[in-house]
Amino acid sequence: MSARDEILRRVREAVAGLDPDPDPVVAPVGATTADPVAHFAERVADYRAVVVRVVAQGLAQAVAEAIPAGERVVVPPGLAEEVRAGVPEAIVDDGLTAADLDAVDAVVTACRVGIAETGTLVLDHTEDQGRRALTLVPDRHVCVVRADQVVADVPDAVALLDPDRPLTWISGPSATSDIELDRVEGVHGPRQLHVIVVDTEG
Amino acid sequence: MTGTFVGMPAFPEAARAALADTQLRHNLAHATATIRGKRAAVVGEVEDWESLRLAGAAVKDRALRDLDQQLVTLEEQLTARGATVHWARDAAEANAIVADVARAHAVEEVVKVKSMVTQEIGLNEALEAEGIAAWETDLAELIVQLGEDLPSHILVPAIHRNRAEIRDIFRRRMATAGRPAPADLTDEPAVLAAAAREHLREKFLRAKMAVSGANFAVADTGTLVVVESEGNGRMCLTLPEVLVSVVGIEKVVPTWAELDPLLRLLPRSSTGERMNPYTSTWSGVTPGDGPQEVHVVLLDNGRSRALADDVGRQALRCIRCSACLNVCPVYERTGGHAYGSVYPGPIGAILNPLLKGTGVDEQTDALPYASSLCGACFEACPVRIDIPEVLVELRSQVVDSHREDRVPKPETAAMRGAGWMFGDAARWARLGRVSGLVGRVLGRVGGRAGPGGRRTLSRLPGPAAAWTDARDLPAPPRESFRAWWRRTDGRLDEEDQGR
Amino acid sequence: MRVALMVTCVNDAMFPGTGAAVVRLLRRLGVEVDFPEAQTCCGQPMVNTGYLDEAVPAVRSFVSAFEGYDAIVTPSGSCAGSARHQHGLVARRSGDAALGMAVAEVSPRTYELSEFLVDVLGVTDVGAYFPHRVTYHPTCHSLRMLGVGDRPQRLLSAVRGLQLTELPAADQCCGFGGTFALKNTDTSVAMGADKARHVAQTGAEVLVAGDNSCLMHVGGLLSRQRSGIRVMHLAEVLAATEDER
Repeated sequence: MSARDEILRRVREAVAGLDPDPDPVVAPVGATTADPVAHFAERVADYRAVVVRVVAQGLAQAVAEAIPAGERVVVPPGLAEEVRAGVPEAIVDDGLTAADLDAVDAVVTACRVGIAETGTLVLDHTEDQGRRALTLVPDRHVCVVRADQVVADVPDAVALLDPDRPLTWISGPSATSDIELDRVEGVHGPRQLHVIVVDTEG
Repeated sequence: MTGTFVGMPAFPEAARAALADTQLRHNLAHATATIRGKRAAVVGEVEDWESLRLAGAAVKDRALRDLDQQLVTLEEQLTARGATVHWARDAAEANAIVADVARAHAVEEVVKVKSMVTQEIGLNEALEAEGIAAWETDLAELIVQLGEDLPSHILVPAIHRNRAEIRDIFRRRMATAGRPAPADLTDEPAVLAAAAREHLREKFLRAKMAVSGANFAVADTGTLVVVESEGNGRMCLTLPEVLVSVVGIEKVVPTWAELDPLLRLLPRSSTGERMNPYTSTWSGVTPGDGPQEVHVVLLDNGRSRALADDVGRQALRCIRCSACLNVCPVYERTGGHAYGSVYPGPIGAILNPLLKGTGVDEQTDALPYASSLCGACFEACPVRIDIPEVLVELRSQVVDSHREDRVPKPETAAMRGAGWMFGDAARWARLGRVSGLVGRVLGRVGGRAGPGGRRTLSRLPGPAAAWTDARDLPAPPRESFRAWWRRTDGRLDEEDQGR
Repeated sequence: MRVALMVTCVNDAMFPGTGAAVVRLLRRLGVEVDFPEAQTCCGQPMVNTGYLDEAVPAVRSFVSAFEGYDAIVTPSGSCAGSARHQHGLVARRSGDAALGMAVAEVSPRTYELSEFLVDVLGVTDVGAYFPHRVTYHPTCHSLRMLGVGDRPQRLLSAVRGLQLTELPAADQCCGFGGTFALKNTDTSVAMGADKARHVAQTGAEVLVAGDNSCLMHVGGLLSRQRSGIRVMHLAEVLAATEDER
């Protein structure tokens, strides 16, 4: 008997007599907030990430100000023009190697969704965010979030996201609590997370 | 080479050694108190935590109730998205599968995401035997691996080490595994983390193959989920060409939407954060992004045995958050090594016997007794595993496995005697009269008067010595309650009794 | 209302004063309490050591002693928890359907003392007088198995002359744990030593709790340290009045 068949047989025997439950579990609703964007900004900042809020006209300048002078920047191929405008010198990722990326200081991307309650950015790695390695290897991640992309809590994000895409949920800079449970920001992932929230109304 | 739990003494003996380690006691008390405080704060923020717990438990239960179907669906969906699915009955089978993939690509090293399951099966040792180096990339796992140590906690495997000890391990051992520690290394956590970053970066950049576990496996979308903090997980899941994920069959979540309560429960229960820094999800192969060869090994290794246990089944809901360890007064004092397994603490005390079976070895059989049944673990568990209930059930299984022994243990004889005595109040009353006689004698000549005037005993022979080695014992009263009641009908003042 | 006292085996044999205190306290509150002599032990020592068959006779004694009472009151969170949460398990193990039915009748009527006073009698001021500095340890089973909440503290706060000081890390187990105290003595004592240290930090003269088995453990450590702190059951404090020494 193959391992597969034997495991399935053991499992079938173990659950014999239990009735399957055909309906998905309905979880309690998430947190709600009167001003999700403000809440989001506050919660991202709690992770010691940098958060700035701008109106659409100030976006390019905010992107430019997020990158210290002299840093080498990479951007995904589908980054919107109004964001690109802030980093005219940026290299466009056309399949850079990991070593190439390691030589770059910063990356600027969009995101798919922002979660207010947990201060989380979710990337689904489409054209304006780039493949997963792009936002991982460089030490500074500048991420642009449109106010209309911000949802209240985790269930709202799960409902929006497509699991067929690879997803990266980012809540602050990389961190560890492995030494005496003392939280330290900055391990293998980007040590600097800079979030620009673009107000889409008014 | 990491250490091994094989041949560990049973819990009481291992605990005695751990209790004598003052540094360990200090490290643990500090660490667990810190994490308890953080958890309490972020759990308190959630409006209806209890409903969320119930939902989390229900999701895992739903997956377990028809797990055979769920696994078939998971396999179909993974395969449809370009992953290769393997099945492993036990550790040896799983290790062989991973080693075969490594050999097929002629790799000499693999990078690893922190994973309980690969520790459970001893994957690193198995790969080492094949001449393949398996590098742990999680900071705490790195500390354990470099220190040739054993993990002692599910979330923070090096919780038993403090910053000075970690600095010394990095100084001594980093050079043996790759880039040496910087000469000016201090014991500042930030400096230590930076040293780990430099040390591991070269390994990430050159790695051809990675091995991971998974926190969740979504059946209906073929999605694996890894929840982490440092980004080492993202490095392993993204940069190499080949990825092998070893997934216990209990990790299944039926649908994508049902991940939601678990993603809300886990970080708050685990690290005491609203959300952990990084969560990665992937469904098979994504062309042009990340590993282009993806393997998933579905592992049983005792899980189907646990699943067959009507009371113990709930342990398979465990999402490895470690909240139960952090609130456990036993764990806080003994640390994780005393449990002799990669799964320590309250969850380990039930999971190990459930996976391995009771009545097989004494080390495992001692684990269900490594608890005062205080219930703090059940209160903290995000998926409502009633650990005390399972502990009591497992104790009864341990006892039942010895019912046919030709020579019963003294404890068994004592319990049978107690069972017989408590079956009849007259027998029990007779014992009370004997003890009253002892009390009257001792009341005159024995022990010393404690605060409140009652005589206390400090040195008793035989089985009672286990008590009086460290604790005084009140002398028996001159008269039992029932004797007093019978004599007075409960009409006298306490002047006359209770001494 | 017919009320029975379930004194518990530990109190019967070792702490008869606690049983007597319950009798006096309830009588003062106008409740006549019976002591059915067929009672022995709730069976918890056997159940928690894994001897389910051996617990069956104790559970039989329990239901036969207490059947027909409206309320069974016991000065032990642990034994009330055993009756409410473990008797069903033991009955199932016995395979005796009649025992199962009897347990379903009796066990929900079992109340720990503070539950009985606050929920059934509806009192928090029981008219006690106890002019001492006291600290209270909430025992695990009363806290987590029964969920007695702050009832004991409310009862103590209403005692005239009593100064209640807060115990640090109060909800941490004292380490008694029944069979645990003997099978894992070292860990049990380590936990108890921390509890004793926290008690000493409060400056209290008396440590009060609702379970004498836990008090026997912590009290045994306090006594070995010659701390001068005495331990008392909640019932004894609540039964105390001006008429006494």
